[in-house]
Amino acid sequence: MPEVRLVNVTKKFGKIVAVDNVSLQIRDKEYFCLLGPSGCGKTTLLRLIAGLVDPSKGEIYIENRLVNSVPPEDRGIGFVFQEYALFPHMNVWDNVTYGPRVKALGSKESERLGREMLEMVRLFERLDAFPSELSGGMMQRVALSRALAAGAKLLLLDEPLGALDARIRNELRYELRKFVKDLELTGIHVTHDQAEAMAISDRIALMRKGKVLQVGTPQELYMTPQHIFVAHFIGESNFLEGYVSKMTRKESIIELRGGLLVRTLDMKHKEGDKVVIAIRPEVLTVEKGKKRRVNSISGHVEGFRFEGTNVRCKIRLENGDLVLVVRPALMTEWFNVGERVTVSFSVEKNFVFPYPERGLKRELTLE
Amino acid sequence: MATSSIIKFLDSASSKSSVRYAFYLSSITFFATIILIPPILGIVLKWNTMAETFTKPSLMSRATTAIYASFAIAIFVSIIDVVAGLPVAWLVARGRSRWLNVLDTFVDIPFIIPTATLGYSLLLFWNRPEGISSLFGGNLLSPGWLLVILLHFAFSYPVVVRVMAGAILDYKREYEEAARTLGAPPFTTDRTVTLPILKPSLIASFTLAFARSISETGATLIVAGAFENGPILINNLKTAQELGYEGALVFVSFILIVISSLIFVTIRLLGPRLKMPIKKVWPVTERKLSGSRITNLRNALSLIAFFLLVLIPSLFVVLPAVYAIINGTLNKAVVGVGIWQGYWQSLILSYSVGVVATLLNTIVGLPMAVLISRRRLGTKLSSILDVLVNIPLMVPSIALGVSLSIFWRSFAVMPEMVLLILVHLSITYPYLVRSMVAAIERLNVDFEEASRTLGGRPFTVFRTIVLPLTKYSLFAGAIMVFTRSVSETGATLAVTELKTAPVLLVGWVNVLLGKAESPIPITPLDIGLGCGILIGFSFIILLISRLFARGKGRY
Repeated sequence: MPEVRLVNVTKKFGKIVAVDNVSLQIRDKEYFCLLGPSGCGKTTLLRLIAGLVDPSKGEIYIENRLVNSVPPEDRGIGFVFQEYALFPHMNVWDNVTYGPRVKALGSKESERLGREMLEMVRLFERLDAFPSELSGGMMQRVALSRALAAGAKLLLLDEPLGALDARIRNELRYELRKFVKDLELTGIHVTHDQAEAMAISDRIALMRKGKVLQVGTPQELYMTPQHIFVAHFIGESNFLEGYVSKMTRKESIIELRGGLLVRTLDMKHKEGDKVVIAIRPEVLTVEKGKKRRVNSISGHVEGFRFEGTNVRCKIRLENGDLVLVVRPALMTEWFNVGERVTVSFSVEKNFVFPYPERGLKRELTLE
Repeated sequence: MATSSIIKFLDSASSKSSVRYAFYLSSITFFATIILIPPILGIVLKWNTMAETFTKPSLMSRATTAIYASFAIAIFVSIIDVVAGLPVAWLVARGRSRWLNVLDTFVDIPFIIPTATLGYSLLLFWNRPEGISSLFGGNLLSPGWLLVILLHFAFSYPVVVRVMAGAILDYKREYEEAARTLGAPPFTTDRTVTLPILKPSLIASFTLAFARSISETGATLIVAGAFENGPILINNLKTAQELGYEGALVFVSFILIVISSLIFVTIRLLGPRLKMPIKKVWPVTERKLSGSRITNLRNALSLIAFFLLVLIPSLFVVLPAVYAIINGTLNKAVVGVGIWQGYWQSLILSYSVGVVATLLNTIVGLPMAVLISRRRLGTKLSSILDVLVNIPLMVPSIALGVSLSIFWRSFAVMPEMVLLILVHLSITYPYLVRSMVAAIERLNVDFEEASRTLGGRPFTVFRTIVLPLTKYSLFAGAIMVFTRSVSETGATLAVTELKTAPVLLVGWVNVLLGKAESPIPITPLDIGLGCGILIGFSFIILLISRLFARGKGRY
């Protein structure tokens, strides 16, 4: 069954290292996302699995078979391209049955597969149409059924929703997952959209600069980011810089800018370390006036936006740092710009990371 | 400054649609009165002389045989060109090794060498005792149809490689990758996906190779021997001036022009509808054909064909040229003694005519290119113009020359020089227009619209957006006009006694082969050096164009 295993895989294009010593295991029948900003090497990694590029180093296994020297046509994969790559000189039917035909499955079998796949994506009635006559969503579905009709058990999707309108994108993402699950396939989906990855994946590998930073379920990545970039890229985070000023048995006291002291449960650092605390905007609470609680900092409201479900509140803290607070619109007080408020957060719902060597701003850039 | 006020004036004038249309109209008028109508009227003027030919069966059969030979050779050569050129185009476009960059440059060489020189080089290589034939104890190939085929193959081959390599570079590789991931081995992928998608370029390269073969005269004259195709027959008739030759001349020119135009229009209309067999797949055979052994064999064979039949014969003339430099012929040449005085004069004539033709065609060709590519006069008229501007490419240049000469001479006493320039304008007109039409069509209209919304007037938009973004194509087109003009032989022979460089060289070779006489003896070294100097200039032009093409920000 299609389990994919990468062992120390590196891909260089000239001097550029696109994929840097990546080891990864994708389980059978899993919906797996390769997530990361553009240029992080996720598409190259997918193309390595497909055999469209050869690794400079390392081994790639599909179903426990070393496939490094196996050409793409013999890897038993289906590949959906970002811009679909539907053959412009063939109609929908000829596109979808191309795989069975070149694999010489016989005309009856080709016809059965083509019909089945087109019916599945509800495009059987458009089988005479040429790609240029189809909408983006239709092309996407044809591309998907073409990849599936070739009989692949491993489906590789390169930004398959990237070229679609937001609404269709949201509908099709669940459909994609459903097809993969219903047909008991293994799916590897490349995307730069964290919301998309969170919504449909069983597990996600977050990549940056050719390296995998963390692999885990969407919850794991959100709840326990192991790298400051993960906390930044998955969901939203506020970052407060400071020093570990004192360690107790259970807690560490961190001194923020302006001499503000806050408590966290972090035990990974030692006194004197320069650190960054990451706090999700949705775990911060805001109250009017000046309040004294654990980890409370006073400040004033600098911006306030109603966004439908939530309100977003920008607060300038007394030490000059800016934090974002997101609260459910119906469950929270509303504030006016300029109003004095107190922001607080609990000792456990935050993450403490060592201060990045190359500076916080550069560490968090998407390039 | 005067120029800036002219530009200002043009900018503001271009806002008026009447001015714009007047501008386009003048471009069309130029095309009609200088390029399109004269050759047609030239034939019509001498229509009555054709009847004579029908009463002379021997002349008639000679004419039909020659016409048949022209088309047979052109079709055969173009097919072989595509078959042999495609793998090399593939290597040039896809290969990553540095040697393939060298190959890329080599491919252009026969393209840039004036064809008359190429003809002499092939003659040397295959026939003369100085060439490869010496290895086989005598002449390997006598002048005749086989040598004509080899020659036509050599000079039309680069066109196919150039066009196809460009198309393969532009081709979206995802199609190929999609086919591979769907289970098709490389051979099946190329046959069912890549080549069908590249069909327009395949047709274009075939057409261009065909056009080059059908219209070439100078080099063919050198290697033809007793063999006659259309252009050679026209030349022979003109030289011999037998009784009633004019009728046959008009007849052959007329047939050549009509059939070439018909073939061109047919390819234009039916080409897009041509279906390639892609439904059936033979998995086992095609998998074998995809193997690296077969692929390597194919590449090796096409490279051998390129080196042995195209590159080495084309460059063979360099040997006597080098020898001529060593033994002192060069000094004679530089001083301009004997035949060399005429040589330098004709070189200056060739390059001056080339420069004038290039400048004029750039000025009149640009509006035409905009007109066609942006469909300024409606889709229908634009596509008709698109077909019409290409016709001079397809028509044998000597036939075009014959009818142009009849037309212009029937009016008034034309200075020979003016006539020469008019003919060169006709023959080179399509190159710049084609190149610019393709470039402007590729250019996203958004840029122009953005410029308009920012306040640019039509001429400002053209000047500041379209022209800078397409300057490489403009340059490439201009280079093509210039090199075509410099190597033009057939039409020049037909219209004037003035000797451009290639005409002079053909004359020299004829003296060498005993077909003509000269008061001063001409040696192979003289001809070698004469060709070498022409090639040298061509190389400088190639080099400059390569440097330009490498500039940053190519679009």
